[in-house]
Amino acid sequence: MIFDVTVEVSLRPGIADPQGATIERALPALGFGGVSGVSVGKSIRFQVEAVDRPTAATLVDDLCHRFLSNPVIEDSTVTLVERDAATSSGAVSAGVG
Amino acid sequence: MATKVAVVSFPGTNCEMDVVESIRFLGADAEVVFHDHSVLDGFDAVVIAGGFAHGDYLRPGAIARFSPIMAAVSNFAADGGPVVGICNGFQVLTEAQLLPGALQKNAGLKFRCEWAELRVDSTDSVLTSQAHAGQVLRIPINHFEGNYTCSPETLAQLQDQDRIVLRYVQNPNGSIDDIAGICNEGRNVVGLMPHPERASNELLGSADGAVLMRSILSAAGASLTPSH
Repeated sequence: MIFDVTVEVSLRPGIADPQGATIERALPALGFGGVSGVSVGKSIRFQVEAVDRPTAATLVDDLCHRFLSNPVIEDSTVTLVERDAATSSGAVSAGVG
Repeated sequence: MATKVAVVSFPGTNCEMDVVESIRFLGADAEVVFHDHSVLDGFDAVVIAGGFAHGDYLRPGAIARFSPIMAAVSNFAADGGPVVGICNGFQVLTEAQLLPGALQKNAGLKFRCEWAELRVDSTDSVLTSQAHAGQVLRIPINHFEGNYTCSPETLAQLQDQDRIVLRYVQNPNGSIDDIAGICNEGRNVVGLMPHPERASNELLGSADGAVLMRSILSAAGASLTPSH
């Protein structure tokens, strides 16, 4: 089975986010009022081939914890979509922060 | 045999020759060891030089920690060998979990490239043994992600075990407890954001970093005779 995987990595609360802060500061000058709480993260997409969904999920969780995110400063969320069933079944998400 | 220091270099590292020169200036030998090597035989100490390993992609140090050389560095550290990570090297050591915590982006949202004053708060480490407690050193910093952070439990442990070896006199980046450098429990692995190799000679504006470089060589077992 092939899964399309999306890993969203975001900074944990309290961790410095210069990109988010800079974007938020620029908004009033662009005429966008009422926007707050801007934060910038990463979205990492790839495909995984595995015998079943739990195997794929275990692999991606491990990859996420050991490499794609640093749990000291970041949270991450994983979304797995089975490629053949992508149009019929919904995405399954699991937070692994 | 002359004391020999391995200076670890990844694609994107750019301070390795400064480290090599500062060590040779003190009368010891140093050699650049590339990331794809997997042995450190014949070396008495390891310095992971600064720069932007693997372009700092994903996170500073995140890709570098999986290089073949890092397994050798881990074994070298586990055997009690002196290991020092400077700037990006500090980030690599935290990613490799040889040191706790992480380096987040500077609180002031700016890349800081300037002189900083550091206070030696513990002389019980391979980086500070030749300095005295309370000594203030003028050494440059050059980083965007130098804002040290860790859990409250880790911070308490670092404080209780006297493992914060260097603190900024005036905090330039928001680092928790003014931390500029920490060591591991064995005190043989040290990471610091400032660049002692860039302050190893008066010609560079300060020779205050030399005492730190000498400490590394002392830990490596060198009997030092300045060559200049």
